[in-house]
Amino acid sequence: MAQKTYAGVTVDVNEEGYLLNPSQWTKEIAVEIAKEENLELTDQHFKVLDFIREKHAKGETLTIRSVGNSGITDIKGFYQLFPGAPMKKAAKIAGIPKPASCV
Amino acid sequence: MAKEEYPLKKVCIICAKGAIEDVYAALVMANGAVMEGIETKMFFTFFGLDAITKKTMKSLKTATVGNPALRMPGGLPFPTLLGILPGVEAGVSAMMKSGMAKIDIPPVDEFLEMITAGGGEIYACKLAMDMFKLKKEDLWDGVSGVLTVGEFYERAGGPQSQIIFV
Repeated sequence: MAQKTYAGVTVDVNEEGYLLNPSQWTKEIAVEIAKEENLELTDQHFKVLDFIREKHAKGETLTIRSVGNSGITDIKGFYQLFPGAPMKKAAKIAGIPKPASCV
Repeated sequence: MAKEEYPLKKVCIICAKGAIEDVYAALVMANGAVMEGIETKMFFTFFGLDAITKKTMKSLKTATVGNPALRMPGGLPFPTLLGILPGVEAGVSAMMKSGMAKIDIPPVDEFLEMITAGGGEIYACKLAMDMFKLKKEDLWDGVSGVLTVGEFYERAGGPQSQIIFV
C-alpha cells in the first residue's frame, strides 16, 4: 500500500493516487491534490466535490450526468471546472475511488 | 493499472446504422472517450443519420425481426413471427429505452449534448444526406457540419488516433 503526504497528513493511496480511505480526506488535502493536477480550487469546485463525496457515501453510482443534474453546474461547466477527464479528476481530488462507470 | 506507452489521443467514431443498440454503442464509445479527455469526432452516415435527424432521433427502434440475440423477458428466445405483429417493435424498443434509462443512459439528444458539452464534435455524411434528401436544417442543432469522406479523413489524422466503425 502506497502512502502520500498532503498538507502534513499522511494518507493511504492506490498506485494511481486515489485515496483508499475517503474519511482521511480534508479540504486542505483536496487543495494539494488539485495542485498536482494544476488546478486552483474555488468554492464552485468544492460544491462539486461535496456533491460527489455525498453520492459516494450513499453508495450511488457516479456519472457525469448526475453531476450535470446536481444543480451546481451543467456538464459543460463540469468539464470547465475539471478540464480533461472531469469525473476521474474530481474523484481523485474528492478523495474517493476512481469511478467505475461508463457514462 | 498498466501505463500505455502511447495513450490514445483522438478517436473518430463512424455510425452507419440507425437501430437503438448501434447508435448507443457509438454514443457510449464517444462519450466515454470525451470523459477520458480524448479528442472525439463522430461521423453519422446512411441509417446512422436517423440519430442526428430532428424528426427521427427520439424514436429509434430495435429490430424485432432478424435479430437472433433478442430475448423475451425471462430469457427465452424471441420468436421472429411475434416480431412482425404491429406494435411489437415499438413495445420492445420502449423496453430497451426504459432499461437504459434505469442505468442512467440518457436519450439520444441529451447524450449528444453531453458529448458536445465535453468538446466532442458531431458530423453528418454529405453523400448519405444527398441520398436521403436531407438538409442541414433537418439535423440536430449541435451538428458541427456536413462532410465529404475526404473532409472527414482530413480531420481524422494525427499520431495515436483511431477510427472506430459501428
